[in-house]
Amino acid sequence: MFDLPARSRLPAGPGVGYKPQHFSNIIDRADPVEWLEIHAENYMGDGGRPIAQLRALAARFPLSVHGVGLSIGGEAALDREHLARLKHLVGWLDPAAFSEHLAWSTHDGAFLNDLLPLPYTRATLDRVCDHVDQVQEVLGRPMLLENPATYLGFAETEMDEIAFLAAIAGRTGCGLLLDVNNVFVACTNRREDPVAYVDRFPLHLVGEIHLGGHDDDRDDAGLPLLIDSHGREVADPVWALYARAIARGGPKPTLIEWDNDVPDWPVLAAEAGRAATILGGVPA
Amino acid sequence: MNGPFAAALLDPARERPAGLTGPGGAPAGRRFDVYRNNVAVSLTEALERGFPVLARLLGPEFFKAMAGVFLRAHPPRSPVMMGYGAEMPAFLETFAPVAHLPYLPDVARLELALRRAYHAADAAPLDGAALAALPPDRLLALRFRFAPAVQLLRSDWPVHGIWRANTEPGAPPPPKSAQDVVILRPDYDPAPHPLPPGGGAALAALIAGRTLAAAAEAAPGCDLPALIALLLAGGALTDAEEAR
Repeated sequence: MFDLPARSRLPAGPGVGYKPQHFSNIIDRADPVEWLEIHAENYMGDGGRPIAQLRALAARFPLSVHGVGLSIGGEAALDREHLARLKHLVGWLDPAAFSEHLAWSTHDGAFLNDLLPLPYTRATLDRVCDHVDQVQEVLGRPMLLENPATYLGFAETEMDEIAFLAAIAGRTGCGLLLDVNNVFVACTNRREDPVAYVDRFPLHLVGEIHLGGHDDDRDDAGLPLLIDSHGREVADPVWALYARAIARGGPKPTLIEWDNDVPDWPVLAAEAGRAATILGGVPA
Repeated sequence: MNGPFAAALLDPARERPAGLTGPGGAPAGRRFDVYRNNVAVSLTEALERGFPVLARLLGPEFFKAMAGVFLRAHPPRSPVMMGYGAEMPAFLETFAPVAHLPYLPDVARLELALRRAYHAADAAPLDGAALAALPPDRLLALRFRFAPAVQLLRSDWPVHGIWRANTEPGAPPPPKSAQDVVILRPDYDPAPHPLPPGGGAALAALIAGRTLAAAAEAAPGCDLPALIALLLAGGALTDAEEAR
């Protein structure tokens, strides 16, 4: 078993997803941003500018490595070559945290480049736990597992998402990454109460929080269908949910994710500042 | 469950998988199409980023439609997306709607090579001054090691001119003649350079580990001093040793 500090050594302040176009904005002075997150798969080349920038950032900021390609929730065995690449990256970078998703993306050797949903059953629970065990064993460190944004459910599902995540954490010793925007998106899409979800979430297991923007759509019946787009500011109800989680669980490392239509640095820094204000309003 | 889900994601004509639900257990309906759309859009955007000159030559609408065919035939085989699209040149060679544009596969090869060069391992370049001091007979006996970023593309088309005309405002129209191209990455920005006549054959010999004398023999008429100067300026050579 791992204790929470081992799962995340990130500071309990605001971070942002690193975008290369912001390199010159942040390398000297990034406040209020205290740490950065990178997508692991973008730094699996052999060298060149991406690796050089990452080395420079690592000398200056605590880093979080966020994987988007392991397919931990998939039926197939984990890709050993990909695990080896991840081990290499995490090995030389020694980031303050490593996280991945409760989702799948690879089937029959094809990588579908999206975070796809899985039913929550005893069989999928066993498989996800085996995969998390394998990742933690190969990397030699605990990981954080992120709650997904989902657009549909499965008739065969027999456990609720929080029970599923808590069972994985209990069996594998992994921590959790609470994506508050994903909570809002998935609960709205299921017609469930996101406040009740956040209030039930085991915050003592949370080593990192994600906040991002979403888009509004409608399904065939005209019901709200929110899309996790990471292409705009964090929505007000998501900020309110976040403040509620921080008030109950205390300050946590908090990431602003903005991956599409990436804004100029001051806009992103202002979002991080909003998180800093909420983090600063509660005792540590 | 992953199998039918994945198959329906990649094939819009296929029925949505059974057992997917919306609120209250109602059928998921077009909620599944969010995933379908995410997969197609994200892979199409990856191809647009990876092949900007191809996209420019074909126009955005045609490229998007072609990307839709490509991504279904060749979904990524690895989560490391920087390598996605390696099958594009071979795909273009047999994709009937572009049969009248026979230079496209080499444009795709050039764009793939630029991406490989961008992510290639760093290497400390050889100091050209040491070479300049060698007498000609010893110089001709040299073989070289190349930086991992160096990429040679031999083409039957003016592929450098086509690339330049579509990336550089005010660039001249492509020449009529074929061009061999070398990609060099002196710092972090890879750039393609057209090779002088015979330069492709000479460079291929050098990359294969043959001596300068053998390269001169493989490419009579090639201006070898000019080629070596280009390679040195581009940080392409990392070591030299005399053949015994």
